[in-house]
Amino acid sequence: MPLNVTALTVFVLFFALVTFVGFAAANWKRGDLDQLHEWGLAGGKFGTLITWFLLGGDLYTAYTFIAVPALAFGAGALAFFAVPYTIVVYPFVFVVFPRLWSVARTRGYITAADFVRGRYGDRWLALAVALTGILATLPYIALQLIGLEVVIAAMGVQLAGALVYLPLIISFAILAAFDYFSGLRAPAAIAIIKDIMIYITVFAAVFIIPFEVGGWDKVFAAVPPQKLLLAYNLGAYTGYATLFLGSAMALFLYPHSVTGVLSSSSRHVIRRNAALLPAYSFLLGLIALLGFMALAVGVDKMPAYANAFKQFGANFAVPALFLQVFPSWFVGFAFAAIGIGALVPAAIMSIAAANLFSRNIYREFINPNCDGMQESRMAKTMSLVAKVGALMFIIFLPHEYAIQMQLLGGIWIIHTFPAVIFGLYTRWLNSKALLIGWGAGMICGTWLAAANAFRPIYSLEMFGTTVPAYIAIYSVILNFAVSVVLTLVFNAIARSAKDETVPSDYYALEGIGGGGH
Amino acid sequence: MAGNNDNGAKDKGGPILLLLLVPLLVLWVPLYNTVEPTLFGFPFFYWFQLAWIFVSMIITAAVYYGTEPRAER
Repeated sequence: MPLNVTALTVFVLFFALVTFVGFAAANWKRGDLDQLHEWGLAGGKFGTLITWFLLGGDLYTAYTFIAVPALAFGAGALAFFAVPYTIVVYPFVFVVFPRLWSVARTRGYITAADFVRGRYGDRWLALAVALTGILATLPYIALQLIGLEVVIAAMGVQLAGALVYLPLIISFAILAAFDYFSGLRAPAAIAIIKDIMIYITVFAAVFIIPFEVGGWDKVFAAVPPQKLLLAYNLGAYTGYATLFLGSAMALFLYPHSVTGVLSSSSRHVIRRNAALLPAYSFLLGLIALLGFMALAVGVDKMPAYANAFKQFGANFAVPALFLQVFPSWFVGFAFAAIGIGALVPAAIMSIAAANLFSRNIYREFINPNCDGMQESRMAKTMSLVAKVGALMFIIFLPHEYAIQMQLLGGIWIIHTFPAVIFGLYTRWLNSKALLIGWGAGMICGTWLAAANAFRPIYSLEMFGTTVPAYIAIYSVILNFAVSVVLTLVFNAIARSAKDETVPSDYYALEGIGGGGH
Repeated sequence: MAGNNDNGAKDKGGPILLLLLVPLLVLWVPLYNTVEPTLFGFPFFYWFQLAWIFVSMIITAAVYYGTEPRAER
């Protein structure tokens, strides 16, 4: 592909703008960045609108913008699971997450593992929650790089040999620098710019492209008829429904989601956002349809994009579509939106993983007497380590691994559901039982995924019929069953550790301030 | 809300929270896995799920206004 100078210039200009904003954000809602809750949660000062942009920029990532339409492009209707996924998640967030916010604010928790530590008085269960979070997040950061890589290649930037990863390294170096200096304030500020750019891009696409191909019916007519709907059988329905239900159960357990929730300034902010965030779901549904538009325009059959499709597969569908239908300057704008869309979640994810490491591993197990400054310094260092690790992952391993690891990440993170979500309502479950249930679920989920060639839907033989369902759902049922049965046993023979939280913590409107335990 | 340290207050809730179960209707996949009726060229499968986003937003907003006392907003 020839170098697209106009697009590249626009792209670089927007990157320069967000770099400036990222550094300037250090002074926004000023706080002492040598304290972990200030660096890693922005002091919990974000109101409704900023939280909306932050969570929107955080949950709907660059990889989503590339991979969801790519799935629609290749697999059709199945890709639309992204829509009901976000329909079921917000009522759940509305009811459950204000409780987490309140108890976290009252007790000074900054991670889900902190809450588990305080609720169950069990550092090992908290360690399991922290490790699961870190493990699930790292491949997710790596995937953001794939989104960035695809759009950079689409602008015709082709470097030879050792320089081939230079654009990625530069982008991540910028990201690492403003993250280090500004903490969570940087991605929050940048998310505002990025989300507005994404909305403009997607609305331009859905107004212009169907018009050019002759209407929405032509767009849907381009989809092979057997892929336009799900197959008419129970297995296709259970597969689809469990896929979006399991994804919804997992979404807000991810560390970057918890960070977004806890950085908000009140529990009302969370409730309001549960009603407002579905606006992004609508956007995501339109984005999925970009895959069908790519089919309608026929970009996969155009010789100009043949090589890129060979290299990136269906992930090239959206970049090819934009190159084909938009003028160069707008291609640059749209690609900058996707590229910046990679930086925002990558930044929040690495901050969230760093918070977990610093608070729940470093302070809990390595240096219990550390002061606030040491703790936040450790987090800043770990956020760099997470990014370098993600970069290494993409440079040295096949992209397939990152995609498989991210699939596993979704299956892993759901195993913190019993400890965290049930824990918000009851202390009945025994912490050792939860730990063993967690282990059983992790092993079962990983094993099923590997045995299933890393496809998410597993067909289980039950009572003479096969029931296909998302592996996360099957394995979390096992996790929950083990946790309940062992709780009955353990609670009968021993008293469990002290719960430092009290019922009123879960309704508190205002905290006693952030900081330590 | 400012300075309110009323930690003893219960979550306001009640039967209105049951409305939040309505969005879960999407779990019943056979309901919408059809092409007809189409709307603006969109098969039912697609426009139903997109429309359901707005239904769930309206319901969540209604529950919000139904459960949060005016003074706290």
